[in-house]
Amino acid sequence: MKKILQWRWTPWVALALAALFPFIAGAIEANYLVRVGGVIGLFMLLGLGLNFTLGYAGLFDLGFIAFYAIGAYTTAIAMRAGVPAPFALVLAVLVTTAFRALLGLTILRLRGDYLAVVTMGFGEIARLTINNLDSLTNGPKGLQLAPWRPLSFLSSDPNVQYYLLILAAVAGGVIASNRLEDSRVGRAWIAIREDEIAARLSGIPVRHYKLLAFTLSAAFAGLAGGLFAQWEQFVTPESFVFWESILVVSIVVLGGMGSIAGVLVGALVLVGFPPLMQWKLSADWINYRYLFFGLILVLVTLFRPQGILPSSRREAELTS
Amino acid sequence: MTMKPPAMLELDGVHAVYGKKIRALKGVSLKVFAGEVVALIGNNGAGKTTIMKTVAGLLQPEKGAVKFQGRDLPGMPPDQIMRMGLSLVPEGRRIFPRLSVMENLEMGAYSRREKDLTREYDHVFHLFPVLGKRRSQFGGTLSGGEQQMLAMGRALMAAPKLLMLDEPSMGLAPVVVDKIFEIIELINKEGVTVFLVEQNAKRALRASSRAYVLETGEIVAASDSATLMKDPAVQKAYLGLH
Repeated sequence: MKKILQWRWTPWVALALAALFPFIAGAIEANYLVRVGGVIGLFMLLGLGLNFTLGYAGLFDLGFIAFYAIGAYTTAIAMRAGVPAPFALVLAVLVTTAFRALLGLTILRLRGDYLAVVTMGFGEIARLTINNLDSLTNGPKGLQLAPWRPLSFLSSDPNVQYYLLILAAVAGGVIASNRLEDSRVGRAWIAIREDEIAARLSGIPVRHYKLLAFTLSAAFAGLAGGLFAQWEQFVTPESFVFWESILVVSIVVLGGMGSIAGVLVGALVLVGFPPLMQWKLSADWINYRYLFFGLILVLVTLFRPQGILPSSRREAELTS
Repeated sequence: MTMKPPAMLELDGVHAVYGKKIRALKGVSLKVFAGEVVALIGNNGAGKTTIMKTVAGLLQPEKGAVKFQGRDLPGMPPDQIMRMGLSLVPEGRRIFPRLSVMENLEMGAYSRREKDLTREYDHVFHLFPVLGKRRSQFGGTLSGGEQQMLAMGRALMAAPKLLMLDEPSMGLAPVVVDKIFEIIELINKEGVTVFLVEQNAKRALRASSRAYVLETGEIVAASDSATLMKDPAVQKAYLGLH
């Protein structure tokens, strides 16, 4: 299994299959699955983003969904102000990253549990602010967006359009992550995670690199949030609850911290499985998804503590 | 009497406190001149590592001056101190276990601006041929002695003027310790000043030209190493002779 997944062309085959999927699904009248696929893609982006903070820099973040929210609301507000959709996405990435950098500058002195608690607090503060800042966000009533139909030459179905757009974003995110992981910067992150004191003594400016990983995470979340807002044409604070932050952390941990392929598989399993069950079995199934979640977490912790598809370094870390 | 040039490293009345209560250093003063090998010996808990960490920028002294080539170090982050030419090989080696030998060395050169580090790699592999044979192996798979060599190689990648070593012999077999000290001598001959901390006083005194004895945060003796080796008090306390 593992050998096959390591073959060089596997990512390209996976990408090709994923790109063909909405057309196959259309043929077998399973359009619902295209929607699910798009949501999985958004969570893949979130997972790839959080992977910088959690997987590379080893910092726990329990409020990551706040940046998804900031991306979504920035896009919504910008588009309502007349900014063209593609520029709204760029703006979402910039604003989200700026917020993240500011948060990082103030809290990155903290470690471990303390950092987790503060980020969790930030997540809640962000949601409550959005919920109450009526003048800008229209509070719990949410914001409506004018439709934007990208890639209309490929399909007339907006779900297919957004599915493909998100897929392209995920592909770009994977390439960017891969390049960074394999760079001097990526190795410095690993060094910091392995031994922070030794990293400082090697001359690595540890604080800068932690801030960089922390901030880069938000670019992915901002993009995902923007795409989400444009696709749904509607944003409310309800979409950005604490549970969603936990889901993203679970995707990264379950897939294998610091492993790009792991994050993708983690999102596929955790986000994809419940609606798949719901579709195949019954609508009631959705009520059991937390049970299913707990079961997967327990099983993976028991049998694959390094994650479903760990990076080779992580695997060495946990087996030696 | 000829005037001595100014010291490369100078500590003057350095106090350090752990937490609020534990006084680790109580007014330590010492000097290291360019080209020397200076040893700092003392028992466990005497404050040797605290001195090293304070110089390298990992700890801030409570009061007192730490100067390297005339510049005040306290307040500078470790990477900036390294760029000035001061590297520390930490106690317990602390190599990166899940980075390869090459990558460990690459990390050591982080403070350098040059892109081409071929000469530095060649130099390290010349000093430690065994590392050259294990380039792509993970650091964690090396033996203790090889890890010590990797830690020293990593520090040398920054091309330091002053190399500080904290307990380079810790946990190593006597033959390996011989090898490590041979290389320290070699590094010194190449023009790098060496300041080393050791519990293994005999080795440290043999390898150094001058030495300081540290007891519970205070320097209690300072002299050239040959004299200290004959000092009855030092013999009794540190060399296991009566």
